[in-house]
Amino acid sequence: MWDYTEKVMDHYKNPRNVGSIENADAIGEAGSLTCGDMLKLYLKVNDKGIITDAKFQTFGCGSAVASSSILTEMVIGKHIDEARKITNKQIVDALGGLPPEKMHCSVMGHEALEAAIADYYKEDVNSHKDEDIVCHCFNISKAFLENEIKSNNLKTLEDVINYTKAGGACGRCQGKIQEILNSINSPVKKEQKLTKTQLIIKINNIIEQYIAPELRKDGGDVELIDVQDNKVMVKLSGKCQVCNRSQLTLTHFVEATLKQHVDDSIEIVQV
Amino acid sequence: MTESKLIYLDNNATTKVDEKVVEAMMPYFSQYYGNPSSMYDLGGKNSKAVKEAREQIKDFFGANSSKEIFFTASGSESANMAIRGILSADRTRNHLITTKVEHACVLNLHKQLEKEGYKVTYIGVNSAGELNLDELYNAINDKTALVSCMYANNETGTIFPVEEIAQKVKSIDSKIKMFVDGVQAAGKIKLDVKNTQIDMMGISGHKFHAPKGIGALYVKSSTLITPLVIGGHQENGKRAGTENVPFIIGMAKAAELAQDSLNYESTEVKRLRDKLETGLLSKIYNARLNSCSNKRVPNTTNIGFEYVEGELILLNMNDYGICASSGSACTSGSLDPSHVLKAMGVPFTALHGSIRFSLSRYTTEDEIDYTLAKMPLIMDKLTKISPFQKELNDLKERKGII
Repeated sequence: MWDYTEKVMDHYKNPRNVGSIENADAIGEAGSLTCGDMLKLYLKVNDKGIITDAKFQTFGCGSAVASSSILTEMVIGKHIDEARKITNKQIVDALGGLPPEKMHCSVMGHEALEAAIADYYKEDVNSHKDEDIVCHCFNISKAFLENEIKSNNLKTLEDVINYTKAGGACGRCQGKIQEILNSINSPVKKEQKLTKTQLIIKINNIIEQYIAPELRKDGGDVELIDVQDNKVMVKLSGKCQVCNRSQLTLTHFVEATLKQHVDDSIEIVQV
Repeated sequence: MTESKLIYLDNNATTKVDEKVVEAMMPYFSQYYGNPSSMYDLGGKNSKAVKEAREQIKDFFGANSSKEIFFTASGSESANMAIRGILSADRTRNHLITTKVEHACVLNLHKQLEKEGYKVTYIGVNSAGELNLDELYNAINDKTALVSCMYANNETGTIFPVEEIAQKVKSIDSKIKMFVDGVQAAGKIKLDVKNTQIDMMGISGHKFHAPKGIGALYVKSSTLITPLVIGGHQENGKRAGTENVPFIIGMAKAAELAQDSLNYESTEVKRLRDKLETGLLSKIYNARLNSCSNKRVPNTTNIGFEYVEGELILLNMNDYGICASSGSACTSGSLDPSHVLKAMGVPFTALHGSIRFSLSRYTTEDEIDYTLAKMPLIMDKLTKISPFQKELNDLKERKGII
């Protein structure tokens, strides 16, 4: 059972400002049903830009409802530009804290508020849609992750999962998230040149950890045969041998993954 | 809120220890504390008590001989001991078959074994949670070492035809072994391993009113396993460690009581479960039955409440003192909803709002009536918070409510 604060319990038991506003001046949405939580925030804003009313509808757990409920209390009476300054940390603080695994509920509140304010100013909220999506389970972009990591001073993969949910479902993007973390927390140090043995071990580890498990899911497999300079020789087996998309797999997945994790100059050679 | 009631409808998670079980255990803590291996009466008495308990558990499994019974610390240990034990005893085969809906102790063990080089085929289920048997039989090849399949699913209560599977698998290749995770079946339906071709079956005491921390594994006398825990001669050399005498005595007593109650389970517990199930489905318009197989253990029902999230439902139920569990992601902290309901293809509208109710012989009619009275109030409150008002209205219309 979660260790919820009195305040969280109060807000999910007796949520404030539940419902929708007809003719709302701004509506913001975050999350989705498939992701397991979703928040719809409605704002009424007067001609001076003051938020006079806020209502919410949330699909989600106790802390999601509590975060939404307290958010409506926090924004009512504020000027829309003041409301824009509310951070997810302020939502958490107002609730007296959230369990680490539930921090993403406050992030969802913050996201819905941002979306609502963008809607009020008729800003293009979809501008980030073409961005580089890191977590496909929860549709989370690289830019969003970088922002959350910086603003909440996140240090570990677990922190990122707790705050953003990214990487928390299938886990396939955890390697990428770790890289983003590394790039933010420890500005790029030029890696020392690896010896040939170290390089082979590194490549083999990446094949075993990230690449082969994916191919095995489809009945295929891949094995490292040799490394000569920047050429990595691999052997495909199982269904990959007869699959007409295996060349695509090699360049788009095997080579791309190795380039990303080891060296940009790597070329894959099938043997 | 805070009515001081406690309605415990989460008996697939764990059960209340029967008072008669506690009573049977008590003397074995401070009075008869001897080591069963010792050469004096204090130990000898315990050795005899453990022997009798083994007989009792043998009867509970419906096994031929008490030599086929090994005490363990949990259902998970039983599964590990069986699966690893059989694989280490014969390393010539490297293919395993199991299902997508196993308990974590079997599923995660298979994932680990994959990393160790084994090939695993995971068999799916249909929307009623029933196993795709043809898929299972077709997966068998000449490298198949073991088929592991649960007797009854913990989330849906669906009973798998393990006897039929064992028979068919052996008819294809008699060398393939079969392990059955019997944890959710024990105490709910009659076990009868001697009349089956099942090689191994694990059970866990705390699912049938014994305390937590005690389990058992049945291994057919003709089946060889390599021990997981090496040490002394206990458990016939298959599981070292001084016997947990009070808990063994407790589980034996619980097995005796459970055996006597099997008829009550299949009549009265089933009647109450059915009453709860039909009541919820008729009173709550956004309720759908996930566990719709008619081959189910008598105590379990799994209901999806569409467009409402499971943790929120449980928290609100808790305010009325009603305990159940959810396949929702949020309750586990894993962010991923139940692998069982996903494998069944439960629609995502209901996936996160699925609640498992599991009864026991202690569940009363009053408790079911109370739950049936409170659940509609909870759903009334929670559907109002949902952002899916249009979808909920469509549901109402479809059900002819408005």
